Amino acid sequence: MPETEISRADSYFEFITFSTGGQSFCLEITQIREIRRWTPVTALPHTPDDVLGVMNLRGAVIPIFDLASRFGLGATPGNERNVVIVAAVGGTTIGLLVESVSEILSVAKSSIQETPDIKSEATRNSILGMISVGDTMVRVVNLDAVLDAGLGVAV
Amino acid sequence: MSGNSIRDTFFEECEELLEALVEGLSQMEESPGDTEVVNAVFRAVHSIKGGAGAFGLDELVNFAHTFETVMDKVRGNEIVVTGDLMALFHRSGDHLSDLVVAARDETVANQETEAGLIKELEGHLGPDHAEEEFSFDALTLDFDADSSAAIVIDDLEGSQAQDHEAERRFGIAFTPTRALYENGHEPLLLFDALAELGTLSVEMNMAQLPDFDAFDPAEPCISWTLDLLTQETETTLHEVFEFVEGLCVIDISVTEVPAHTQVEPADGELAPPAFDPPEETPMPDATSADSVPDPAQAEETASPGTGPAASVAGKEPRGPKATLRVDLDRVDRLINTVGELIINQAMISQRIEELDLPTVAHLTNELEAYKLLARDIQEGVMAIRAQPVKPLFQRMSRIVREASDATGKKARLVTVGDSTEVDKTVIERLADPLTHMVRNAVDHGLEKSEIRAAAGKDRMGTIRLSAAHRSGSVFIEIADDGAGLNRERILEKAIEKNLVPADAELSEPEIDNLLFLPGFSTAGTVSSLSGRGVGMDVVKNAVQALGGRVSIASQPGKGTTFTIILPLTLAVMDGFVISVSDQTMVIPISSILETIRPKPKDIHVIGTDSHVVSVRGSYVPIVDVAENLGLGKIRSDKEVGILLLVSTETQGLTALRVSAIHDQRQVVIKSLESNYAAIPGVSAATILGDGKIALILDPEELIKLAQPSASDQIAQHARMELRHA
Repeated sequence: MPETEISRADSYFEFITFSTGGQSFCLEITQIREIRRWTPVTALPHTPDDVLGVMNLRGAVIPIFDLASRFGLGATPGNERNVVIVAAVGGTTIGLLVESVSEILSVAKSSIQETPDIKSEATRNSILGMISVGDTMVRVVNLDAVLDAGLGVAV
Repeated sequence: MSGNSIRDTFFEECEELLEALVEGLSQMEESPGDTEVVNAVFRAVHSIKGGAGAFGLDELVNFAHTFETVMDKVRGNEIVVTGDLMALFHRSGDHLSDLVVAARDETVANQETEAGLIKELEGHLGPDHAEEEFSFDALTLDFDADSSAAIVIDDLEGSQAQDHEAERRFGIAFTPTRALYENGHEPLLLFDALAELGTLSVEMNMAQLPDFDAFDPAEPCISWTLDLLTQETETTLHEVFEFVEGLCVIDISVTEVPAHTQVEPADGELAPPAFDPPEETPMPDATSADSVPDPAQAEETASPGTGPAASVAGKEPRGPKATLRVDLDRVDRLINTVGELIINQAMISQRIEELDLPTVAHLTNELEAYKLLARDIQEGVMAIRAQPVKPLFQRMSRIVREASDATGKKARLVTVGDSTEVDKTVIERLADPLTHMVRNAVDHGLEKSEIRAAAGKDRMGTIRLSAAHRSGSVFIEIADDGAGLNRERILEKAIEKNLVPADAELSEPEIDNLLFLPGFSTAGTVSSLSGRGVGMDVVKNAVQALGGRVSIASQPGKGTTFTIILPLTLAVMDGFVISVSDQTMVIPISSILETIRPKPKDIHVIGTDSHVVSVRGSYVPIVDVAENLGLGKIRSDKEVGILLLVSTETQGLTALRVSAIHDQRQVVIKSLESNYAAIPGVSAATILGDGKIALILDPEELIKLAQPSASDQIAQHARMELRHA
């Protein structure tokens, strides 16, 4: 019996889905630290538009990215219902501004499809794969790419 | 404890021992003939040897043994310490520390040096010693206690072994209290126990016996003096009285020791009066029936009798203070949490202020007390990280020695303010720049001894290294008494290297500061010491990275002084809370010379868009902070804002324009880089009382942003042309 348990744990992933810029995205639940209501941030000078600024997360200074803007979907309009997803990549913690968080998705590894060979390289890098849920398609965000792009522009 | 961590502990201890060694060696120079100092040096070397033996570090053991043997001869007054021998000791100390490092990193130290040193050391031993059989017992390492103490214990066991064979005479004054009898103790049983230890004679003292009508049967009024001849130690005697401790007054002293046992002089002095019961232990107070003598007092009265064991330990030269080794991570976590506490405290005060309560004086008082407490805790926690600069300075004496050997100049190092405490990180990160500067001071600063003699100076050059706390900063000075900076040569060189325009006319401080430009090196010939492509610009960057500054002062013929000014801690900073455009920011107070609220007539336009302000007759360029940070201009023509006059190393005097200054406070520094990246013009961030993040500005970088080009050197040109046009 232990064998099946391992293989089950191995093949099922849990994702948190959210929407921003009119599209559905998701992040693996293990990468997410917490989800917070949007509070005004402190803007950073000399940073690209998709870096909204820094926020105080219990004493740590974390940068907040506008995910939609980062993916070229236009700046997220200010809204009370916007939320910040706090995620950890490697040793760093970042916040992603999104419009709303939807649900927790548990999917088998086999139902995650690879990103098709689309034209834009930037998009291909930032999306790890796709999951189809009913009629909609959920994109798996590559956090490393989000972070790299951020640092790349800032430095 | 795994083998590795024991090993780590050994190397940690080695570091301390090496420090003690270096300190001891310099004390030997200061006070020759002080045997305590020689002993301390010997012990340091011996402990390293012992530990190294336990770990099978043969090379280390071998060298330490030779070193120790010579030291032992010095200790036994068989060798006279000469200047040459002292220098040899210093070099041996250096090599020993190399060996320790080599053993730790599992590399190999310079064997040529070692062979040479061993030969020299053995030269001092004389022929009979060369063949002495090399053997020693691995010293048991006492990891929790200071290892020099371990040796003392060794010695002590020896002397105790002797004591066991010899009989001693002890005088014991025994005065029971009422509580002793109330607890059912019987003096006779105690005396019986003593009698088993040796030959006992007992004398009863009835002087305190009251008149019959005043007699209280429950009140003890008889005391005894006992005389015991025994082989046992005093500790054993005390054990007999263990159960009546606090119930009686007891005084044990040695009255007679056999002639062949070495006695510390202190013991001899103590012997005669031992039989007198101390005056402050009279008959127990009759009014409070169950009074028990104050244990502290009892201890005090017992102390004159502390036996030979204790007095040997007491003779131990003031050992290091008791310390605790703590994982640095734990300390840092604590510091972080305390930082949060400070922020939280600020938040609470701000919230309460916002409530706009009717005057509630006590609340304000409590808040103030909370603030002070939080500050105290913070200072206490910061002090944990603070360490004296002594080890750092001690390392420099080696640098001076090596540098003077390599250049053939004579130099000595004088250190002042060794005990000045600085944050551990600062000390660690200061080691390289300081090494470089000290080397430079010997290599470039000092003249050759012939030239010095010709100029009527002491042939031996002096490098003075001093540290002091001044107005919330740490000042570290590296001063030489050499020829001073050759400004002509510096300027020539800078022009040659195209660092300044050929026709530039620079003031003396400006010329001095050229030394800090990247790619500048003055030494005519590239020596093995300096001129390795690492210039003063690296020093400056390292110091700036610590939030500090470097400055130069030089007097021709008298010498050059470099001053490094550092913040006391890297975790908090005093700053002005300012607003720039609509953002709240913090600017370090240390960088601000003065604040100016200018009148519109003081501000002049140069060209189309540049402004200068007239400050007491000189024109200072204005840099608009908001504009430089890309936040848009704050200024209409009417609104001039507030100017903060700052002086930077590369850009000279500049006025920063901000919208307003709100407050001056201590802020906790939070890195931006840990989760994001460095941002030009911003050194870090902090959290304000309302929980919002404020950016901490870096004036130097901020002003650089104002320059038309990013390149430092061109920026420098522009600045100089502007100032000297």
